[in-house]
Order: sequence, then C-alpha cells, then structure tokens
Amino acid sequence: MKGLSAIIRKELGDHFSSQRFVILFGMAAIISFMTTYMAAINLKEALEGTSKPGFVFLMLFSTPGAIFSLLQFVAFFGPLIGIVLGFDSINRERVQGTLIKLLSQPIHRDSVINGKFLASMITVGIMLLSIILVVSGFGLFILGVIPGSEELVRLALFFVLSLFYIGFWLALSMLFSVVFKSITTSALAAFVLWIFLSFFLPLLGDVLAKAGTSQEINKLSETELFIKQTKIKETIELGSVMALFSKSSSLLIDPTRKTVSSIVVMGPVEKFLSSRFKNPLSLDQSLLVIYPYALTIVALTILCFGISYTVFILQEVRT
Amino acid sequence: MEDKEIIKAKNLTKIYGNITVVDHVSFGIKEGEIFGFLGPNGAGKTTTLLMLLGLCEPTYGRAEVLGFDPIKEPTEVKRVVGYLPENVGFYQDLTPIETLEFIGEMNSIPKKELKKRIQELLFLVGLAKDSSKKVGAFSRGMKQRLGIAEVLLKEPKILFLDEPTLGLDPEGSRELIQFIKELNQNKGLTVLISSHNLPQVQEISHRVGIMLEGKLVALGSIKELTQEKLGLGDKEYSLEEIYHMYFKGEKDERT
Repeated sequence: MKGLSAIIRKELGDHFSSQRFVILFGMAAIISFMTTYMAAINLKEALEGTSKPGFVFLMLFSTPGAIFSLLQFVAFFGPLIGIVLGFDSINRERVQGTLIKLLSQPIHRDSVINGKFLASMITVGIMLLSIILVVSGFGLFILGVIPGSEELVRLALFFVLSLFYIGFWLALSMLFSVVFKSITTSALAAFVLWIFLSFFLPLLGDVLAKAGTSQEINKLSETELFIKQTKIKETIELGSVMALFSKSSSLLIDPTRKTVSSIVVMGPVEKFLSSRFKNPLSLDQSLLVIYPYALTIVALTILCFGISYTVFILQEVRT
Repeated sequence: MEDKEIIKAKNLTKIYGNITVVDHVSFGIKEGEIFGFLGPNGAGKTTTLLMLLGLCEPTYGRAEVLGFDPIKEPTEVKRVVGYLPENVGFYQDLTPIETLEFIGEMNSIPKKELKKRIQELLFLVGLAKDSSKKVGAFSRGMKQRLGIAEVLLKEPKILFLDEPTLGLDPEGSRELIQFIKELNQNKGLTVLISSHNLPQVQEISHRVGIMLEGKLVALGSIKELTQEKLGLGDKEYSLEEIYHMYFKGEKDERT
C-alpha cells in the first residue's frame, strides 16, 4: 500500500505541474464558462414572464449555450481529457528507463498501474467537479435559482457517470500505452479510435441503414422505411461509448425526457404517454431507463482497465 | 569473509520463443564478495540479474537470494537488493532530493530518517552542491552517481550493478569503481557487477564469471581460472587475456 500511495502522490504532482494539464484545464474552464453564460442568458430570456418550471437548475446543463450544451461538451471533450492524461503513462516510463527502476523497488508490480490510473481519475474528478461547481455558481448568480435535493442527486449521479465515461477513455489510452512501445503510436491509436467512434460511426450508421433497407425500398411505406433506418442507425451508434453517455446523461439531467430513443422510433403507446403526461420522470424511473446504458459504460471502463492491468502484469520488463 | 552463499542460482534458464537467452546457469555468491560478471553484449547477463531479482520469470531452474525465492517473494528480494540497471533513467524535472524522496517513499523509509539519509548520500556521492538542480541538466557521470545513491538509499545488503561505468569518462569510471570497493570494504556489501571494463573488474573482483551465449563458461577467481581451469601454470595472466582465451575457445569449438 505504501508503494501505491507514493506513486499516486508522485503522479498527482506530475499532473498538476504539467503544462498539458494547465492547457486542458484552461480550455475546459473557458468553454464551460462561456457555455453556461450563454445558456443562462438564453434560459433567463425564455423564462421571462412565465412561471418557473421545475428543474430549472438542471436546465443550465442541458440548454445549448453558444453552440452546444455542457452535456455535449462533456460527451465530446471528456474523451480528450482521458486520452491526454493516459496515452503515455506507461510507455513514457519505459522510454526514459524509469519503469525498470520502479519495478525494482519493493512494491507490488500492480501498484504502478493502479497508482497511475487512480491518480489520473482523481485529476479528472477534480476537473469535473470544478466545472460543475463553476456552472452551478454561475447559475445561482444569473438565474437566482437554488437547486432542489433531487437536482443535487441527479447532478451527483451525472458526475459519477461522467467520471466513468472519461475513465473509459483513460483506461483505453493506458491500454495503448502498455501495448505500444512508442508514445506517438499510442497517442495516434487513441485519437484515431476516439475520432472514429465519436464522429464517423454515426455516419457509418447512416450509410449502413440506407444500404440495409435498399431491398425493401419499394415494399415499405415511406414512414416505415424511415423508422427502420432510424432503428438500424441507433443500434450501430450504440457501438460508440459517446452515444451511450449522451443518451444516459441527457436523461439524468433532463427529467422531462422519458426515453433514450429519438421520437421517430417510439412505439405508439410511448408516443401517447409522452404527449399525454407532461410530468417529469421521478429519479428512480429515470434511472430505470438509463440503467443498461450506464451499466455498459461502467462495465466497459472496468473491462478496459482490467485488460491493461493484465497485459502490464504479464509483460516482460525488457522488450 | 564468511563462506555462506547468499545468492544461489541453480540451472537458471530463460527461453524466449525458441531462443535460449540463459542456458542452465548455476553459481553461488558468498557474503561480502565482489563478483564480476563478464561476457559480450547479449550473453544473458542482464537477464540473469533480472531473474535473480524476480523481475523476469525463469523458464526453469531456481534462484535464492538471502533465503528468499525471487519468484514467490519478489518484494522481499527487492527490499534487500539494490539494482542499478544499465542506462538507468530519471524523471527529468525532479531534483535529486525529490528523486530520492520518491524512491524512499516506495521503500517505506520514515520521513525523518529519509531526510537524513538523503543528505548523507548526496554528500557521499558528491552531489550535495547540485541538489537543487533538475536531473535533466545532469551530466552522464552525475546521473550515474545519483543512480548509485538511489540504490544505496534502501540500505541494501546486496548490489546488482549492470554496466555502471558505461559511458563514463576514465576518471569518473575509476572513481566509481573505487567507491564500490569502499562500499564493499566498509559496509560489507555483496556486489554483483557486470562490466566490459576488464582491468577494472580485475582490480576489484574476488571472483568472476564469464558468460558466452547464455552459458556460464567460467567461474572462479582469476588465479583459479588460469591455473586450474586453463592449466597455464603459475604465470600471471590479466583478466583480459583469460577472457580472450575463453572467447576464442568457444569460437573454435563451434567451427
């Protein structure tokens, strides 16, 4: 345990004094600041003269500011934070010749990888928490609303979910840093995978949906065809962790949303219910809907870290 | 000098794929001894050291270091053995004090004691006045001395030094060898040193082992090697000459 805490302390020190952390944190702070400011102004205008609905506070996170909402910001740039913190964690030590020195100290071998992962997770946690606090403080200031207890719980859950989401990318980039000896290769691999899953998979889904339904183009009505294509597309998109995260976090932050699927693929009963009952979902009902998605994110994170852990433990010191 | 063997290797063998890197190597090292480990690059010296440390699992054979099995109790072995790897690396933006503090924490040395030991060691290796500089700005020789300070910090009983004089200037390398000799004499440290600098090894080693292509082809004091193994009579030979004879002998056998 002594070795683990020593490594965590050293890694945290490295993170907080590194330029990349300053750049990352600065970027995150500025973007979240701008986004919330715009979101708060928009909200204030929209709410002018109407009675305030419930969950105004959470709307700060889901209302688009300049271009996107804070939720989308985490979904898009969270992976970047994870990758930047993790892509060179093991292979940098290998390249500079310090890994063998670490391993020849009387600590357990897994302390090295555990310590690095935990330290990066703590860093991510501090970043996320400060962003959420900035947004909340801003909201209080501009909107003058105080978050209710359910809103706080939802925010806390959103924090945990985002932590695991970014943790997935951290674990993945650490896996690359264990497998690839070269720092450039591991960085490239992580970024390529991120861009592919986040930006190209939805496009691929589009193409495949069209291709998959081309046989039936004359048999089905236009609406049926559209629904079928959307279903295929949504299924393919689930291959991207970003989709899992956006779907589940938007439900968490916006209680008026009742399903993760888009309006076109809702069944008739679902459609009826959502137009008939305008009340927001209670927390446990929201959780019930996002449960499979959130669990998948957590499982993927653990799986990814588990693989990097095993590979690291079994790897030869000299290669 | 006591005759107790504190490092024992028996039929240590390491096979990567179908290449046998270390081939049935057996030897014993006594307490308080300086053992010179010789051989060309790629002969399997470092792999043998790593197997003794538990950083690399032997394909078969066993080892014992101060009564501990490196495979089953690697942490115990690493507690008593200071290992200075070849081309040791450092965190460039730490100062020597920070570097040593980090190593000390991993060795569970109490804070107060650690501070004291660091000051003593920096003085001992001659880095006291550079203690606030970053390691990145250090010369090769200074880094090597910091490396020695790192391995001594845990107050080990055994030192494994892998090519410690590689890349040092003649004077720096002579000082380092002298320093190792003093450590052995004053603190009774057992030292296993691998080096290509044969005159220096001859100067400090009590016994030597020569490895060629994974096999330990010679083992003993220089006198033993010349008189008994090679049968060269009473004439004195330098380690360099002996090394060449083994090296040539091995080549002749193959052709």
